[in-house]
Amino acid sequence: MMGKTLFIDPGRCIGCQACVAACRECDSHRGRSMISLDYIDQGETVASMPTVCMHCEDPVAPCAEVCPTDAILVTADGVVHEAAKERCIACANCVHACPFGVPKLDMEEMLQYKCNMCYDRSSVGLAPMCAAVCPTGAIFYGSIDELLAERPNAAATDLTVFGEQVIRTGVAVVVPPGYEEDAIPGTP
Amino acid sequence: MSRDRAVYPVIPPGVSDFREAGVDAAEEWRALEREGVTLVPTHCCYCGVQCGMYLRVDGDGRVFGVEPSDHDINKGKLCPKGVTAYQQVNHPDRLLYPLVRDRRGGELRRASWDEALDRVASEIRRIQDAYGRDAFGVYSGSSLVTENTYLMGKFARVGLRTRHIDYNGRLCMVSAAAANKKAFGIDRAANPWSDMFSTRLMLFAGANVAECFPVMSHYVWGARDRGAQMIVVDPRETPLARTAELHVPLRPGTDAAFFNAVLHVIEREGWLDGRFIAERTVGWEDVRDVVRAWDPPRAAAICGIDRELIERTARMWGTAERAMAFHARGIEHQIQGVENALSIINLVLATGQIGAAGKGYGTITGQGNGQGGREHGQKADQLPGARDIENPEHRAFIADLWGIDEPDLPHAGVSAVELVHLMETGEIRGFLALCNNPFVSMPNNRRIEACYERLEFHVQLDFFLSETAARADVVLPSTTWAEEGGTTTNAEGRVILRHKAAEPPGEARPDWWIIGRIAEHLGVGGPFAFDSTEAIFEELRRASKGGVADYSGITYDRLEETGGLFWPVPSEDHPGTPRLFEEGFNFPDGRARFNAVEWREPAEPVDDEYPIRLTTGRTVAHFLSGNQTRRIGALVEQTPRPWVEVHPSMGYANGDPVRVVTRRGEITLPALVTDTIREDTVFVPYHWAGATAANLMTVDALHPISRIPEYKVCACRIERGMEITASPAPPNPPGSPADEVAARTTVDLRQPTAPQGRGTSDA
Repeated sequence: MMGKTLFIDPGRCIGCQACVAACRECDSHRGRSMISLDYIDQGETVASMPTVCMHCEDPVAPCAEVCPTDAILVTADGVVHEAAKERCIACANCVHACPFGVPKLDMEEMLQYKCNMCYDRSSVGLAPMCAAVCPTGAIFYGSIDELLAERPNAAATDLTVFGEQVIRTGVAVVVPPGYEEDAIPGTP
Repeated sequence: MSRDRAVYPVIPPGVSDFREAGVDAAEEWRALEREGVTLVPTHCCYCGVQCGMYLRVDGDGRVFGVEPSDHDINKGKLCPKGVTAYQQVNHPDRLLYPLVRDRRGGELRRASWDEALDRVASEIRRIQDAYGRDAFGVYSGSSLVTENTYLMGKFARVGLRTRHIDYNGRLCMVSAAAANKKAFGIDRAANPWSDMFSTRLMLFAGANVAECFPVMSHYVWGARDRGAQMIVVDPRETPLARTAELHVPLRPGTDAAFFNAVLHVIEREGWLDGRFIAERTVGWEDVRDVVRAWDPPRAAAICGIDRELIERTARMWGTAERAMAFHARGIEHQIQGVENALSIINLVLATGQIGAAGKGYGTITGQGNGQGGREHGQKADQLPGARDIENPEHRAFIADLWGIDEPDLPHAGVSAVELVHLMETGEIRGFLALCNNPFVSMPNNRRIEACYERLEFHVQLDFFLSETAARADVVLPSTTWAEEGGTTTNAEGRVILRHKAAEPPGEARPDWWIIGRIAEHLGVGGPFAFDSTEAIFEELRRASKGGVADYSGITYDRLEETGGLFWPVPSEDHPGTPRLFEEGFNFPDGRARFNAVEWREPAEPVDDEYPIRLTTGRTVAHFLSGNQTRRIGALVEQTPRPWVEVHPSMGYANGDPVRVVTRRGEITLPALVTDTIREDTVFVPYHWAGATAANLMTVDALHPISRIPEYKVCACRIERGMEITASPAPPNPPGSPADEVAARTTVDLRQPTAPQGRGTSDA
C-alpha cells in the first residue's frame, strides 16, 4: 500500500449513510451507490460498517484476473477500475471472485459497476466522495502519515485473512489495539 | 435520475498486464473541471451546523449536484441530508404557481399572483376590520434566512399591526434560550466548536449528535483523537453513546435530578472552583443548599440508573482539567426544559469550566437558522437585536427606526402552540404562516388540526405542499434555499452567507418578495419595498445596533471575505466574538447567575393504565416535519417509514405490529427490537404525517416560561397490534403529475433495520 488511499475505521461509523449518498454523486456511476452499509449485530447495538472496494493488491484484483474479456483495468497506482463498458459481458465472474462482495451487475444494461476510488477525484489528489463527506472520518483518505498526524494512536492493516488465504489490499482498515502484528509496518 | 454518459478510454486489445495498461481513466470526466459547470459556494439548508458546500450548476443554470467544500465549519463533511439537499431544487413536487381554494372543502386550483394576493389582502382586511387587528396571526420559522425572520417580525408589527406573531423555534430552542438568558444574560453558544479540540472531556445531554447534527461528530472525534473523553446522557444508546467512555441511560424526564446529584457529589468531594464561584458568579449558596438534598441514591431511584453512574460522571467532570458541556432537545423538550438546562449550567459554573479554550458550554440548534431566527424579532416577545418588546427604551428605538409611533407598536403576543390554540376560541380568525408544518410538528396534533378547521382564512407559503399547506385557502409558492441568498447564524453563533445558485422555477418567488407584495396589496408597501436580502440586511444591521445580538458591524462583503463572523460585531472594524465570557458575563456586574432548580415529575407521569414512557425524536435521514426529506428518493430508501423502538424484554420480534396508545391517540408501528433502549421506555420518530404522526400521541403540556412542549416524555401503553398503520405519501396539488407518482407510493411497509435506517443489503 503506497501513497494515498482509503482507511476504513468501522469503530467510528455512525451509520448515517452519508457515504452511500455521496457515492451516488460519483460521475462514473451517477445515481447508484457502490458502498454497502451494514447495520451489524442488529438488535444488540447501533454499530454499523461501510464496505468499499478494497482494491486488492496481492493477489492482484481477483475480479480482474477472472475477467474473460480483460475488461477490468488496474492502473499503475493500484486502483481497480470498473469493467470497461465496451468489453463487459456481464458474465458475473468478477462478482463471484471478489472476496468482499463488491462488484454489482446491472442486468438491464448488462454491465458491471464497482468503486473506482472516484478516479476523477483521487487521480488529481482529491478525496473520493465517500471520504470527503464522512462526518466521523470512518472513511479517511490520505497517506498513513496523514492518518497518524490526525490520529496519533491509530494502527491500520492492509491484510485480510479468509481461512488460510491472506489478502493484501490497497485500501486499509484501522484496527483496535492488540492487532499490531497485522498492522502495516512502520505504524505504532 | 438521469445518469451522465461518460466516455471511456478504450483499452488496447490484448492488454492483460493490468499495470501496464496505464490509461488515465479520469481524463474524460473530471468532476471539478467540466466545461460549463459552475460551483456556487453556499451552506446547507438543514441543521444548525450549517455545513459549507458547493452547488454544481450547469450551463443552463440548473442545480444538478453537490461538491464538498473545505469551509472551516465542516472541512468537506456532509450528512446524507446535506449530500442530497440539492435534489429539492428541480424536484417534480415543487410548487410552481399560486393555488387558491374557492370554498372550504373545495379543491386547490391554480391562480395568478394578482388573484392570490388580492384574496390574501382582502381577507386580512375583512378579518381585522371585523374582529380587530389581533385576530390575524402570523406563524414563522427558523429555517428562513435571518433577513426574512427580521422581515416577518416587522411585517406583523408594522404591516398587520397584530401582536400575534411567533415562530417554530418555540418548538425547538426556547428552553435553552431562556436558561442562557437567566444564567449568562445572553443567548448564544459560549464557544466556537473548534474549542473542542483542546478540551479533555465532553458531556452531551439529550443530544443525538450522530443523527441530528452528524457533522458535529467531526469535532467530537477530533477532540477524542487528541485525548478527550466523552460522557453521553441519553435514554437510548445513540451511535456516539456506543463509543463513549460513559453512557448514562436515564429515564426520560429525569435530567435535572441527575445533574443536581452530580453537582452534589462534586461539592461533597471538593471539586468546586471556589475562586471562580467567588469572583465571577452570584447565587451559589442557593444551589448548594438544593443539591445537598440530592444525594446519589435519591437521584438514582428517580433516574432509574445505578448510582455509580452519578459518581463516575461527577468524578470525570469534577477532575477534568478542561471540560465542555452540550445539550439539545432531549433535555429541553420538557415542562422543565429550562430547569434541565440550568442544572447543567450550574455544573459548568460551579467548576469554572467556561470562558476559555477547551472550557465551555453550548446548546445545539436544530434548524439551520435556529440561532439567527431567534434574535431579530419574529418571537412573540422580542424586537430585533434580541431586544425585549416590553422594554420602553427598546420599543422607542425600534419604533423610531421603523418610522412609527411607539404606542402603535404592538405588545407581546403568545407562543406558537398557544397561538394555534387561540383559534379554538375564535380569538385568531385568520393566519399567515411559512416555514412550518404544525400538522406534523405540533404536539397532540389532532387538536391542532381541529384548531385550523376553525379558521376563516389561512394562507401558507412553501415550496412543497406540506400537510398543513394542503388545507390552506391560499398557497403561495416560495423558493428553496438555493434560489435565494442571505445569512444564517449557526449553532456556534457564527453568521454565514448563503449564495443564490439558480433562478426560482415557474412562478415561485422568495419569501421577502411575497411579503412585500402582500404589503403592497394592503396599501402599506413602503416599509417592505426591498429589492434583495442584502437590502433587508442593511436595515437589520441598524435595527440590531446596540442590542445584545449586535450585527451592525457585519456586511455581506465581510462575510464573503471571512467565511463567517461570530456576533456580537458592534463595528465594521470589529473582528467578531468567537468565544464569550472570557472577561465577564452579560450582566451589569459581569457575574453569571446560579439558578437553583428542583426536579419535578413530567406533566404526565406513568401509571397502571399507561405504564411506559414514550419519547419522540429524529432519525438521521429525515428533517423535522419531513416535508423536504420525505420527497428525496435516497432518504426515503434509507428510512421509508416510522417504527417503534422497544426493548427485547417487551416480548416482541422485529416487525411485529405494536400498538402504541396514549390518552390522545394511537399508532400501530412495526417493532424495532433492540437492547439500546431502556426497558421502561419506547421511542417513535416524528417526521411522518397523518395516521403515523408521532405527535398524535404526544402531550401538549408547555413549559411555564419557555412554552416549549413536552415532546420528550409522556405516558403510553403498548400491546400487540393487528395491522401496521400505513404512512401516507406527501401531498401534492390536485391534478399535478407529481400527485399521481406520490399516490402510487402511499404505503411502504419496509421498516428500518436500525435506528439510522435500512442497511443497503437489507431485504
